[in-house]
Amino acid sequence: MAEITAGAPTRVSDVQGHYMEMIQRKRLYGGLTLLIFIVLMVSGFMVADGRNAGGFWDGVDKIGDYPAAVLAEAWEKFFDLPGLMLKYFPALIETINIAAVSTLTGVLAGFVLAMLGTRGLAKWPRLIPVFRRITDVMRAVPEIVIALMLIFVLGGGPVPAVIAIAIHTAGAIGKLFSEVAENADLKPVEGLQSVGATWTQRILLGVLPQVAPNFLSYALLRFEINIRASAILGFVGAGGIGYELRNSMSWGPGRFDEAAAIFVLLFATIVFFDQVSSRYRNKLTEGQGQ
Amino acid sequence: MLQIDGLTKRFGQKTAVDAVSFKVEKPAMIGIIGRSGAGKSTLLRMLNRLTGSTDGAIVFQDRNVTELKGAEKRRWQSECAMIFQQFNLVPRMDVVSNVLHGTLNRRSTVATMFNLYPQDDIHKAIEILDRLGIAEQAAKRAEALSGGQQQRVAIARALMQDPKIILADEPIASLDPMNAQIVMEALRRIHDEDGRMVICNLHTLDTARRYCDRVIGMRDGRMVFDGTPEQLTTGVARDIYGAGEEFSESATSTEIGALETPPEQTAKAYA
Repeated sequence: MAEITAGAPTRVSDVQGHYMEMIQRKRLYGGLTLLIFIVLMVSGFMVADGRNAGGFWDGVDKIGDYPAAVLAEAWEKFFDLPGLMLKYFPALIETINIAAVSTLTGVLAGFVLAMLGTRGLAKWPRLIPVFRRITDVMRAVPEIVIALMLIFVLGGGPVPAVIAIAIHTAGAIGKLFSEVAENADLKPVEGLQSVGATWTQRILLGVLPQVAPNFLSYALLRFEINIRASAILGFVGAGGIGYELRNSMSWGPGRFDEAAAIFVLLFATIVFFDQVSSRYRNKLTEGQGQ
Repeated sequence: MLQIDGLTKRFGQKTAVDAVSFKVEKPAMIGIIGRSGAGKSTLLRMLNRLTGSTDGAIVFQDRNVTELKGAEKRRWQSECAMIFQQFNLVPRMDVVSNVLHGTLNRRSTVATMFNLYPQDDIHKAIEILDRLGIAEQAAKRAEALSGGQQQRVAIARALMQDPKIILADEPIASLDPMNAQIVMEALRRIHDEDGRMVICNLHTLDTARRYCDRVIGMRDGRMVFDGTPEQLTTGVARDIYGAGEEFSESATSTEIGALETPPEQTAKAYA
Protein backbone atom coordinates (compact mmCIF):
# COMPACT_ATOMS: atom_id res chain seq x y z
CA MET A 1 0.00 0.00 0.00
CA ALA A 2 2.86 2.36 0.90
CA GLU A 3 4.47 2.48 -2.53
CA ILE A 4 1.18 3.11 -4.28
CA THR A 5 0.25 6.05 -2.06
CA ALA A 6 3.81 7.37 -2.34
CA GLY A 7 3.32 7.51 -6.10
CA ALA A 8 0.73 10.27 -5.82
CA PRO A 9 1.24 11.86 -2.42
CA THR A 10 -0.18 15.28 -3.19
CA ARG A 11 -3.39 13.96 -4.74
CA VAL A 12 -4.34 11.64 -1.88
CA SER A 13 -3.52 14.22 0.76
CA ASP A 14 -5.62 16.70 -1.24
CA VAL A 15 -8.59 14.39 -1.13
CA GLN A 16 -7.98 13.75 2.56
CA GLY A 17 -7.77 17.47 3.28
CA HIS A 18 -10.95 18.25 1.37
CA TYR A 19 -12.85 15.48 3.02
CA MET A 20 -11.65 16.44 6.51
CA GLU A 21 -12.72 20.02 5.84
CA MET A 22 -16.15 18.81 4.80
CA ILE A 23 -16.44 16.59 7.87
CA GLN A 24 -15.39 19.43 10.20
CA ARG A 25 -18.03 21.69 8.68
CA LYS A 26 -20.69 18.98 9.00
CA ARG A 27 -19.73 18.38 12.63
CA LEU A 28 -19.87 22.10 13.37
CA TYR A 29 -23.36 22.37 11.87
CA GLY A 30 -24.47 19.22 13.67
CA GLY A 31 -23.16 20.55 17.01
CA LEU A 32 -24.85 23.91 16.49
CA THR A 33 -28.16 22.24 15.62
CA LEU A 34 -27.93 20.11 18.75
CA LEU A 35 -27.14 23.18 20.86
CA ILE A 36 -30.10 25.14 19.43
CA PHE A 37 -32.36 22.15 20.01
CA ILE A 38 -31.31 21.88 23.67
CA VAL A 39 -31.66 25.64 24.26
CA LEU A 40 -35.14 25.63 22.70
CA MET A 41 -36.22 22.61 24.71
CA VAL A 42 -34.99 24.06 28.02
CA SER A 43 -36.35 27.57 27.45
CA GLY A 44 -39.65 26.21 26.13
CA PHE A 45 -40.00 24.05 29.18
CA MET A 46 -39.30 26.95 31.47
CA VAL A 47 -41.90 29.16 29.76
CA ALA A 48 -44.50 26.40 29.92
CA ASP A 49 -43.66 25.73 33.55
CA GLY A 50 -44.00 29.41 34.43
CA ARG A 51 -47.46 29.59 32.89
CA ASN A 52 -48.70 26.41 34.51
CA ALA A 53 -51.16 26.98 37.31
CA GLY A 54 -49.46 24.63 39.76
CA GLY A 55 -45.97 24.47 38.40
CA PHE A 56 -44.23 21.36 37.22
CA TRP A 57 -41.82 20.91 40.12
CA ASP A 58 -44.51 21.32 42.79
CA GLY A 59 -46.73 18.75 41.12
CA VAL A 60 -44.19 16.23 39.90
CA ASP A 61 -44.21 14.12 43.07
CA LYS A 62 -48.02 13.91 42.97
CA ILE A 63 -48.18 12.41 39.47
CA GLY A 64 -48.37 8.94 40.90
CA ASP A 65 -51.12 9.77 43.45
CA TYR A 66 -54.16 9.14 41.28
CA PRO A 67 -52.99 5.81 39.79
CA ALA A 68 -51.90 4.76 43.29
CA ALA A 69 -55.34 5.55 44.74
CA VAL A 70 -57.07 3.68 41.91
CA LEU A 71 -54.77 0.69 42.22
CA ALA A 72 -55.05 0.59 46.03
CA GLU A 73 -58.83 0.62 45.93
CA ALA A 74 -58.98 -1.87 43.09
CA TRP A 75 -56.70 -4.18 45.07
CA GLU A 76 -58.92 -3.91 48.14
CA LYS A 77 -62.01 -4.83 46.12
CA PHE A 78 -60.16 -7.24 43.87
CA PHE A 79 -62.94 -9.83 43.88
CA ASP A 80 -65.52 -7.31 42.65
CA LEU A 81 -63.54 -6.68 39.47
CA PRO A 82 -64.85 -9.62 37.37
CA GLY A 83 -68.44 -8.66 38.22
CA LEU A 84 -67.81 -5.01 37.34
CA MET A 85 -66.14 -6.01 34.09
CA LEU A 86 -69.20 -8.04 33.19
CA LYS A 87 -71.38 -5.06 34.06
CA TYR A 88 -69.49 -2.74 31.71
CA PHE A 89 -69.12 -5.28 28.90
CA PRO A 90 -72.23 -4.05 27.00
CA ALA A 91 -70.79 -0.51 27.09
CA LEU A 92 -67.53 -1.85 25.66
CA ILE A 93 -69.45 -3.55 22.84
CA GLU A 94 -71.09 -0.22 22.06
CA THR A 95 -67.66 1.45 21.88
CA ILE A 96 -66.32 -1.24 19.56
CA ASN A 97 -69.43 -0.97 17.39
CA ILE A 98 -68.96 2.79 17.05
CA ALA A 99 -65.36 2.17 16.01
CA ALA A 100 -66.28 -0.58 13.51
CA VAL A 101 -69.06 1.33 11.77
CA SER A 102 -67.06 4.53 11.55
CA THR A 103 -63.96 2.69 10.27
CA LEU A 104 -65.95 0.93 7.57
CA THR A 105 -67.70 4.06 6.27
CA GLY A 106 -64.61 6.23 6.75
CA VAL A 107 -62.33 3.83 4.86
CA LEU A 108 -64.76 3.52 1.94
CA ALA A 109 -65.13 7.29 1.67
CA GLY A 110 -61.37 7.71 2.08
CA PHE A 111 -60.75 5.20 -0.72
CA VAL A 112 -62.91 7.17 -3.16
CA LEU A 113 -61.28 10.45 -2.12
CA ALA A 114 -57.82 8.88 -2.47
CA MET A 115 -58.48 7.60 -5.98
CA LEU A 116 -59.83 10.98 -7.05
CA GLY A 117 -56.82 12.74 -5.56
CA THR A 118 -53.96 10.59 -6.87
CA ARG A 119 -51.78 11.76 -9.74
CA GLY A 120 -52.01 9.43 -12.71
CA LEU A 121 -55.19 7.75 -11.50
CA ALA A 122 -57.66 10.57 -10.92
CA LYS A 123 -60.79 10.71 -13.06
CA TRP A 124 -60.57 14.50 -13.31
CA PRO A 125 -56.88 15.40 -13.01
CA ARG A 126 -57.68 19.10 -12.75
CA LEU A 127 -59.72 18.52 -9.60
CA ILE A 128 -56.91 16.69 -7.74
CA PRO A 129 -56.09 19.73 -5.55
CA VAL A 130 -59.77 20.08 -4.65
CA PHE A 131 -60.06 16.50 -3.39
CA ARG A 132 -56.73 16.79 -1.59
CA ARG A 133 -57.85 19.89 0.26
CA ILE A 134 -61.10 18.13 1.18
CA THR A 135 -59.13 15.33 2.83
CA ASP A 136 -56.88 17.91 4.51
CA VAL A 137 -59.88 19.64 6.08
CA MET A 138 -61.38 16.33 7.20
CA ARG A 139 -58.09 15.47 8.88
CA ALA A 140 -57.49 18.87 10.37
CA VAL A 141 -60.68 19.20 12.43
CA PRO A 142 -60.34 17.13 15.61
CA GLU A 143 -62.92 14.38 16.09
CA ILE A 144 -63.91 15.80 19.44
CA VAL A 145 -64.86 19.16 17.91
CA ILE A 146 -67.12 17.56 15.29
CA ALA A 147 -68.60 15.27 17.93
CA LEU A 148 -69.36 18.14 20.34
CA MET A 149 -71.03 20.09 17.56
CA LEU A 150 -73.12 17.11 16.46
CA ILE A 151 -74.05 16.20 20.05
CA PHE A 152 -75.33 19.74 20.45
CA VAL A 153 -77.45 19.37 17.29
CA LEU A 154 -78.44 15.70 17.36
CA GLY A 155 -78.28 14.98 21.09
CA GLY A 156 -76.03 12.48 22.87
CA GLY A 157 -75.56 8.91 21.66
CA PRO A 158 -73.45 6.83 19.33
CA VAL A 159 -74.54 8.44 16.01
CA PRO A 160 -72.64 11.73 16.44
CA ALA A 161 -69.54 9.76 17.46
CA VAL A 162 -69.78 7.55 14.37
CA ILE A 163 -70.06 10.56 12.06
CA ALA A 164 -67.22 12.43 13.79
CA ILE A 165 -64.82 9.48 13.68
CA ALA A 166 -65.80 8.54 10.12
CA ILE A 167 -65.00 12.06 8.87
CA HIS A 168 -61.57 12.01 10.48
CA THR A 169 -60.92 8.46 9.24
CA ALA A 170 -61.86 9.39 5.67
CA GLY A 171 -59.40 12.28 5.78
CA ALA A 172 -56.52 10.25 7.20
CA ILE A 173 -57.15 7.17 5.03
CA GLY A 174 -57.56 9.37 1.95
CA LYS A 175 -53.99 10.59 2.36
CA LEU A 176 -52.44 7.22 3.22
CA PHE A 177 -54.24 5.34 0.42
CA SER A 178 -53.34 7.99 -2.11
CA GLU A 179 -49.65 7.71 -1.17
CA VAL A 180 -49.76 3.93 -1.63
CA ALA A 181 -51.64 4.19 -4.91
CA GLU A 182 -49.11 6.68 -6.24
CA ASN A 183 -46.49 3.90 -6.18
CA ALA A 184 -48.75 1.42 -7.95
CA ASP A 185 -47.70 0.21 -11.38
CA LEU A 186 -49.69 1.96 -14.10
CA LYS A 187 -49.06 -0.65 -16.79
CA PRO A 188 -52.02 -2.88 -15.78
CA VAL A 189 -54.22 0.23 -15.75
CA GLU A 190 -53.11 1.06 -19.26
CA GLY A 191 -53.79 -2.53 -20.28
CA LEU A 192 -57.36 -2.27 -19.00
CA GLN A 193 -57.78 1.09 -20.66
CA SER A 194 -56.78 -0.49 -23.97
CA VAL A 195 -59.71 -2.91 -23.77
CA GLY A 196 -62.18 -0.10 -23.17
CA ALA A 197 -62.72 -0.33 -19.39
CA THR A 198 -64.41 2.50 -17.47
CA TRP A 199 -62.55 4.50 -14.83
CA THR A 200 -64.20 2.54 -11.99
CA GLN A 201 -63.33 -0.78 -13.65
CA ARG A 202 -59.72 0.33 -14.13
CA ILE A 203 -59.40 1.29 -10.47
CA LEU A 204 -61.14 -1.77 -9.05
CA LEU A 205 -59.49 -4.33 -11.35
CA GLY A 206 -56.16 -2.68 -12.18
CA VAL A 207 -55.10 -0.79 -9.04
CA LEU A 208 -56.91 -2.44 -6.14
CA PRO A 209 -55.32 -5.92 -6.55
CA GLN A 210 -51.85 -4.33 -6.39
CA VAL A 211 -52.45 -2.26 -3.28
CA ALA A 212 -55.01 -4.38 -1.39
CA PRO A 213 -52.57 -5.73 1.26
CA ASN A 214 -51.32 -2.24 2.14
CA PHE A 215 -54.85 -0.83 2.16
CA LEU A 216 -56.04 -3.56 4.48
CA SER A 217 -53.18 -3.09 6.85
CA TYR A 218 -53.84 0.67 7.05
CA ALA A 219 -57.56 0.05 7.55
CA LEU A 220 -56.86 -2.36 10.44
CA LEU A 221 -54.49 0.12 12.05
CA ARG A 222 -57.18 2.75 11.71
CA PHE A 223 -59.67 0.44 13.43
CA GLU A 224 -57.35 0.21 16.44
CA ILE A 225 -56.99 3.99 16.54
CA ASN A 226 -60.75 4.39 16.25
CA ILE A 227 -61.40 2.15 19.27
CA ARG A 228 -59.36 4.58 21.35
CA ALA A 229 -61.08 7.56 19.70
CA SER A 230 -64.56 6.21 20.36
CA ALA A 231 -63.65 5.57 24.02
CA ILE A 232 -62.51 9.19 24.33
CA LEU A 233 -65.67 10.53 22.67
CA GLY A 234 -67.65 8.76 25.37
CA PHE A 235 -66.25 11.40 27.75
CA VAL A 236 -68.19 14.13 25.94
CA GLY A 237 -71.45 12.19 25.94
CA ALA A 238 -71.25 9.92 22.95
CA GLY A 239 -72.05 6.82 24.97
CA GLY A 240 -70.08 3.62 25.29
CA ILE A 241 -67.37 2.80 27.78
CA GLY A 242 -65.88 6.30 27.80
CA TYR A 243 -69.06 7.67 29.35
CA GLU A 244 -68.94 5.10 32.14
CA LEU A 245 -65.25 5.79 32.69
CA ARG A 246 -65.84 9.50 33.09
CA ASN A 247 -68.62 8.90 35.61
CA SER A 248 -66.59 6.54 37.75
CA MET A 249 -63.49 8.74 37.57
CA SER A 250 -65.19 12.02 38.43
CA TRP A 251 -67.15 10.60 41.35
CA GLY A 252 -63.88 10.12 43.11
CA PRO A 253 -62.84 7.61 45.77
CA GLY A 254 -65.32 4.86 46.43
CA ARG A 255 -65.85 4.12 42.73
CA PHE A 256 -62.22 3.74 41.75
CA ASP A 257 -62.73 -0.02 41.50
CA GLU A 258 -65.13 0.65 38.62
CA ALA A 259 -62.57 2.88 36.93
CA ALA A 260 -59.98 0.14 37.35
CA ALA A 261 -62.33 -2.45 35.84
CA ILE A 262 -62.94 -0.20 32.81
CA PHE A 263 -59.20 0.43 32.36
CA VAL A 264 -58.56 -3.31 32.37
CA LEU A 265 -61.35 -3.86 29.83
CA LEU A 266 -60.02 -1.13 27.52
CA PHE A 267 -56.47 -2.38 27.79
CA ALA A 268 -57.52 -5.97 27.08
CA THR A 269 -59.59 -4.88 24.07
CA ILE A 270 -56.79 -2.90 22.51
CA VAL A 271 -54.28 -5.70 23.08
CA PHE A 272 -56.76 -8.18 21.59
CA PHE A 273 -57.38 -6.20 18.41
CA ASP A 274 -53.71 -5.32 18.10
CA GLN A 275 -52.80 -9.01 18.19
CA VAL A 276 -55.54 -10.01 15.76
CA SER A 277 -54.74 -7.31 13.24
CA SER A 278 -50.96 -7.76 13.42
CA ARG A 279 -51.36 -11.50 12.84
CA TYR A 280 -53.65 -10.82 9.90
CA ARG A 281 -51.32 -8.18 8.49
CA ASN A 282 -48.31 -10.52 8.68
CA LYS A 283 -50.28 -13.18 6.87
CA LEU A 284 -51.11 -10.74 4.11
CA THR A 285 -47.58 -9.50 3.58
CA GLU A 286 -46.11 -13.00 3.73
CA GLY A 287 -48.64 -14.35 1.27
CA GLN A 288 -47.91 -11.54 -1.16
CA GLY A 289 -45.24 -13.34 -3.14
CA GLN A 290 -47.12 -16.57 -3.70
CA MET B 1 -5.85 -22.34 9.32
CA LEU B 2 -9.46 -22.79 8.23
CA GLN B 3 -11.18 -26.11 8.56
CA ILE B 4 -14.75 -26.85 7.59
CA ASP B 5 -16.19 -30.08 8.85
CA GLY B 6 -19.45 -31.60 7.66
CA LEU B 7 -21.10 -28.19 7.38
CA THR B 8 -24.82 -28.59 6.66
CA LYS B 9 -27.73 -26.21 6.25
CA ARG B 10 -31.33 -27.31 5.90
CA PHE B 11 -34.24 -24.99 5.13
CA GLY B 12 -37.24 -27.08 6.18
CA GLN B 13 -37.16 -30.17 3.96
CA LYS B 14 -34.61 -28.79 1.55
CA THR B 15 -30.89 -29.28 2.17
CA ALA B 16 -29.08 -26.25 0.79
CA VAL B 17 -25.58 -27.29 1.88
CA ASP B 18 -24.93 -30.97 2.49
CA ALA B 19 -21.99 -31.99 4.70
CA VAL B 20 -19.31 -29.86 3.06
CA SER B 21 -15.79 -30.46 4.40
CA PHE B 22 -12.49 -28.93 3.34
CA LYS B 23 -9.31 -27.58 4.82
CA VAL B 24 -7.23 -24.52 3.99
CA GLU B 25 -3.66 -24.63 5.34
CA LYS B 26 -2.41 -21.19 4.32
CA PRO B 27 -4.01 -18.05 2.86
CA ALA B 28 -5.07 -18.74 -0.71
CA MET B 29 -7.45 -17.43 -3.30
CA ILE B 30 -10.23 -19.98 -3.49
CA GLY B 31 -13.01 -19.99 -6.05
CA ILE B 32 -16.30 -21.79 -5.47
CA ILE B 33 -18.16 -22.62 -8.66
CA GLY B 34 -21.50 -24.21 -9.41
CA ARG B 35 -24.78 -23.27 -10.97
CA SER B 36 -27.28 -21.08 -9.14
CA GLY B 37 -28.99 -22.90 -6.27
CA ALA B 38 -25.96 -25.14 -5.68
CA GLY B 39 -25.52 -23.74 -2.16
CA LYS B 40 -22.52 -21.47 -2.81
CA SER B 41 -24.11 -18.39 -1.27
CA THR B 42 -25.41 -20.29 1.75
CA LEU B 43 -21.93 -21.69 2.35
CA LEU B 44 -20.35 -18.23 2.37
CA ARG B 45 -23.14 -16.78 4.49
CA MET B 46 -22.57 -19.55 7.04
CA LEU B 47 -18.86 -18.73 7.14
CA ASN B 48 -19.67 -15.11 7.98
CA ARG B 49 -22.45 -16.28 10.35
CA LEU B 50 -25.06 -14.23 8.50
CA THR B 51 -26.89 -17.55 8.32
CA GLY B 52 -26.74 -20.13 11.08
CA SER B 53 -25.68 -23.69 10.30
CA THR B 54 -27.79 -26.77 11.00
CA ASP B 55 -24.88 -29.12 11.54
CA GLY B 56 -21.09 -29.30 11.34
CA ALA B 57 -18.29 -26.98 12.39
CA ILE B 58 -16.17 -24.14 11.06
CA VAL B 59 -12.82 -23.96 12.85
CA PHE B 60 -10.58 -20.96 12.22
CA GLN B 61 -7.22 -20.86 14.01
CA ASP B 62 -8.39 -23.34 16.67
CA ARG B 63 -11.59 -21.40 17.31
CA ASN B 64 -14.99 -22.96 16.62
CA VAL B 65 -16.77 -20.20 14.76
CA THR B 66 -20.16 -21.93 14.63
CA GLU B 67 -20.53 -21.71 18.41
CA LEU B 68 -19.83 -17.98 18.81
CA LYS B 69 -22.62 -15.78 20.14
CA GLY B 70 -23.31 -12.07 20.72
CA ALA B 71 -20.24 -9.82 20.87
CA GLU B 72 -17.87 -12.72 20.03
CA LYS B 73 -19.89 -13.50 16.92
CA ARG B 74 -19.76 -9.84 15.83
CA ARG B 75 -16.01 -9.82 16.49
CA TRP B 76 -15.67 -12.82 14.16
CA GLN B 77 -17.77 -11.09 11.51
CA SER B 78 -15.43 -8.12 11.64
CA GLU B 79 -12.47 -10.45 10.99
CA CYS B 80 -14.21 -12.12 8.09
CA ALA B 81 -15.32 -9.49 5.59
CA MET B 82 -18.14 -10.10 3.14
CA ILE B 83 -18.60 -8.64 -0.34
CA PHE B 84 -22.05 -9.00 -1.93
CA GLN B 85 -23.34 -9.31 -5.46
CA GLN B 86 -25.49 -6.19 -5.07
CA PHE B 87 -22.73 -4.29 -3.14
CA ASN B 88 -25.01 -3.74 -0.08
CA LEU B 89 -23.78 -0.20 0.58
CA VAL B 90 -25.87 2.48 2.27
CA PRO B 91 -26.92 4.40 -0.84
CA ARG B 92 -27.59 7.81 0.73
CA MET B 93 -24.29 8.07 2.63
CA ASP B 94 -21.03 9.27 1.16
CA VAL B 95 -18.34 6.89 -0.03
CA VAL B 96 -15.92 7.47 2.87
CA SER B 97 -18.66 6.91 5.46
CA ASN B 98 -19.52 3.65 3.74
CA VAL B 99 -15.87 2.60 3.92
CA LEU B 100 -15.67 3.67 7.58
CA HIS B 101 -18.53 1.29 8.30
CA GLY B 102 -15.79 -1.35 8.21
CA THR B 103 -14.66 -0.10 11.64
CA LEU B 104 -18.10 -0.31 13.29
CA ASN B 105 -17.16 -3.33 15.38
CA ARG B 106 -14.32 -1.39 17.02
CA ARG B 107 -16.27 1.82 17.71
CA SER B 108 -19.03 2.70 20.15
CA THR B 109 -22.58 2.98 18.85
CA VAL B 110 -23.01 6.57 20.05
CA ALA B 111 -19.83 7.82 18.32
CA THR B 112 -20.77 6.19 15.04
CA MET B 113 -24.33 7.52 15.29
CA PHE B 114 -22.94 11.07 15.17
CA ASN B 115 -20.45 10.09 12.46
CA LEU B 116 -17.48 10.78 14.77
CA TYR B 117 -14.63 8.68 13.36
CA PRO B 118 -10.98 9.31 14.29
CA GLN B 119 -8.99 11.28 11.75
CA ASP B 120 -6.56 8.37 11.28
CA ASP B 121 -9.43 6.14 10.21
CA ILE B 122 -10.71 8.72 7.75
CA HIS B 123 -7.24 9.11 6.24
CA LYS B 124 -6.83 5.36 6.04
CA ALA B 125 -10.22 5.00 4.34
CA ILE B 126 -9.20 7.49 1.65
CA GLU B 127 -5.85 5.71 1.20
CA ILE B 128 -7.69 2.43 0.64
CA LEU B 129 -9.99 4.14 -1.85
CA ASP B 130 -6.91 5.48 -3.64
CA ARG B 131 -5.42 2.02 -3.73
CA LEU B 132 -8.56 0.87 -5.54
CA GLY B 133 -8.40 3.90 -7.84
CA ILE B 134 -11.54 5.71 -6.70
CA ALA B 135 -10.21 8.33 -4.25
CA GLU B 136 -11.74 11.17 -6.31
CA GLN B 137 -15.21 9.81 -5.51
CA ALA B 138 -14.63 10.12 -1.72
CA ALA B 139 -17.23 12.78 -0.96
CA LYS B 140 -19.94 11.56 -3.34
CA ARG B 141 -22.98 9.60 -2.27
CA ALA B 142 -22.60 5.86 -2.85
CA GLU B 143 -25.74 5.77 -5.00
CA ALA B 144 -24.19 8.24 -7.46
CA LEU B 145 -21.45 5.77 -8.42
CA SER B 146 -21.49 3.16 -11.18
CA GLY B 147 -21.81 -0.54 -10.34
CA GLY B 148 -18.09 -1.20 -10.73
CA GLN B 149 -17.19 1.76 -8.53
CA GLN B 150 -19.74 0.72 -5.90
CA GLN B 151 -18.26 -2.76 -5.79
CA ARG B 152 -14.83 -1.24 -5.23
CA VAL B 153 -16.27 0.83 -2.37
CA ALA B 154 -17.58 -2.45 -0.93
CA ILE B 155 -14.09 -3.95 -1.25
CA ALA B 156 -12.68 -0.85 0.48
CA ARG B 157 -15.16 -1.36 3.32
CA ALA B 158 -13.97 -4.97 3.57
CA LEU B 159 -10.32 -3.85 3.67
CA MET B 160 -11.13 -1.25 6.33
CA GLN B 161 -12.16 -4.18 8.53
CA ASP B 162 -8.56 -5.42 8.25
CA PRO B 163 -9.96 -8.94 7.94
CA LYS B 164 -8.17 -12.28 7.89
CA ILE B 165 -10.63 -13.67 5.36
CA ILE B 166 -12.50 -11.90 2.59
CA LEU B 167 -15.64 -13.65 1.37
CA ALA B 168 -17.02 -12.50 -1.96
CA ASP B 169 -20.46 -13.68 -2.99
CA GLU B 170 -20.68 -13.40 -6.78
CA PRO B 171 -18.82 -10.06 -6.73
CA ILE B 172 -18.89 -9.62 -10.49
CA ALA B 173 -22.28 -11.10 -11.37
CA SER B 174 -23.95 -7.71 -11.83
CA LEU B 175 -21.03 -5.96 -13.51
CA ASP B 176 -20.06 -5.53 -17.16
CA PRO B 177 -16.94 -7.40 -18.38
CA MET B 178 -14.61 -4.41 -18.03
CA ASN B 179 -15.60 -3.69 -14.43
CA ALA B 180 -15.65 -7.41 -13.64
CA GLN B 181 -12.00 -7.58 -14.62
CA ILE B 182 -11.09 -4.54 -12.48
CA VAL B 183 -12.87 -5.99 -9.44
CA MET B 184 -11.36 -9.48 -9.83
CA GLU B 185 -7.87 -8.01 -10.27
CA ALA B 186 -8.39 -5.92 -7.13
CA LEU B 187 -9.35 -9.03 -5.16
CA ARG B 188 -6.33 -10.92 -6.51
CA ARG B 189 -4.02 -8.04 -5.62
CA ILE B 190 -5.39 -7.96 -2.08
CA HIS B 191 -4.50 -11.62 -1.77
CA ASP B 192 -1.04 -11.23 -3.32
CA GLU B 193 -0.01 -8.03 -1.51
CA ASP B 194 -1.67 -8.40 1.89
CA GLY B 195 -1.67 -12.19 2.14
CA ARG B 196 -5.35 -12.34 3.08
CA MET B 197 -7.43 -15.41 2.36
CA VAL B 198 -10.02 -14.73 -0.33
CA ILE B 199 -12.97 -17.07 -0.90
CA CYS B 200 -14.96 -16.11 -3.91
CA ASN B 201 -18.23 -17.47 -5.34
CA LEU B 202 -18.11 -17.39 -9.10
CA HIS B 203 -20.49 -18.56 -11.73
CA THR B 204 -18.05 -18.55 -14.61
CA LEU B 205 -15.33 -21.12 -15.11
CA ASP B 206 -12.73 -18.99 -16.81
CA THR B 207 -12.75 -16.39 -14.02
CA ALA B 208 -12.12 -19.11 -11.47
CA ARG B 209 -9.37 -20.56 -13.61
CA ARG B 210 -7.71 -17.25 -14.24
CA TYR B 211 -7.67 -15.78 -10.72
CA CYS B 212 -7.87 -18.65 -8.22
CA ASP B 213 -5.23 -20.98 -6.75
CA ARG B 214 -7.81 -23.57 -5.83
CA VAL B 215 -11.28 -24.33 -7.11
CA ILE B 216 -14.14 -26.01 -5.26
CA GLY B 217 -17.12 -27.23 -7.28
CA MET B 218 -20.57 -27.55 -5.77
CA ARG B 219 -23.67 -29.24 -7.10
CA ASP B 220 -27.03 -29.53 -5.27
CA GLY B 221 -25.41 -28.62 -1.94
CA ARG B 222 -22.61 -31.19 -2.17
CA MET B 223 -18.94 -30.62 -2.83
CA VAL B 224 -18.18 -32.45 -6.08
CA PHE B 225 -14.74 -31.05 -6.96
CA ASP B 226 -11.73 -29.75 -5.06
CA GLY B 227 -8.49 -29.13 -6.89
CA THR B 228 -6.23 -26.80 -8.81
CA PRO B 229 -7.51 -24.84 -11.81
CA GLU B 230 -5.46 -27.13 -14.07
CA GLN B 231 -7.44 -30.16 -12.93
CA LEU B 232 -10.64 -28.41 -13.93
CA THR B 233 -11.19 -29.96 -17.35
CA THR B 234 -14.26 -29.48 -19.52
CA GLY B 235 -15.46 -32.94 -18.48
CA VAL B 236 -15.26 -32.03 -14.78
CA ALA B 237 -17.00 -28.75 -15.48
CA ARG B 238 -19.87 -30.54 -17.24
CA ASP B 239 -20.19 -32.67 -14.18
CA ILE B 240 -20.32 -29.67 -11.83
CA TYR B 241 -22.88 -27.84 -13.91
CA GLY B 242 -24.83 -31.02 -14.71
CA ALA B 243 -24.67 -30.15 -18.38
CA GLY B 244 -24.42 -32.27 -21.50
CA GLU B 245 -22.32 -32.11 -24.67
CA GLU B 246 -23.76 -28.74 -25.71
CA PHE B 247 -21.99 -27.09 -22.72
CA SER B 248 -19.21 -24.80 -23.81
CA GLU B 249 -17.16 -22.66 -21.50
CA SER B 250 -17.33 -19.47 -23.46
CA ALA B 251 -21.10 -19.57 -23.09
CA THR B 252 -20.70 -18.78 -19.38
CA SER B 253 -17.85 -16.34 -19.85
CA THR B 254 -17.80 -12.72 -18.85
CA GLU B 255 -14.16 -12.16 -19.73
CA ILE B 256 -13.40 -9.74 -22.52
CA GLY B 257 -10.63 -12.00 -23.79
CA ALA B 258 -12.84 -15.06 -23.92
CA LEU B 259 -15.50 -13.25 -25.86
CA GLU B 260 -13.11 -12.46 -28.66
CA THR B 261 -12.89 -16.08 -29.85
CA PRO B 262 -16.45 -16.76 -31.06
CA PRO B 263 -17.36 -13.68 -33.09
CA GLU B 264 -21.15 -14.07 -32.96
CA GLN B 265 -21.00 -13.88 -29.15
CA THR B 266 -18.96 -10.71 -29.19
CA ALA B 267 -21.67 -9.20 -31.30
CA LYS B 268 -24.30 -10.30 -28.79
CA ALA B 269 -22.40 -8.97 -25.81
CA TYR B 270 -22.06 -5.53 -27.27
CA ALA B 271 -25.48 -5.39 -28.89
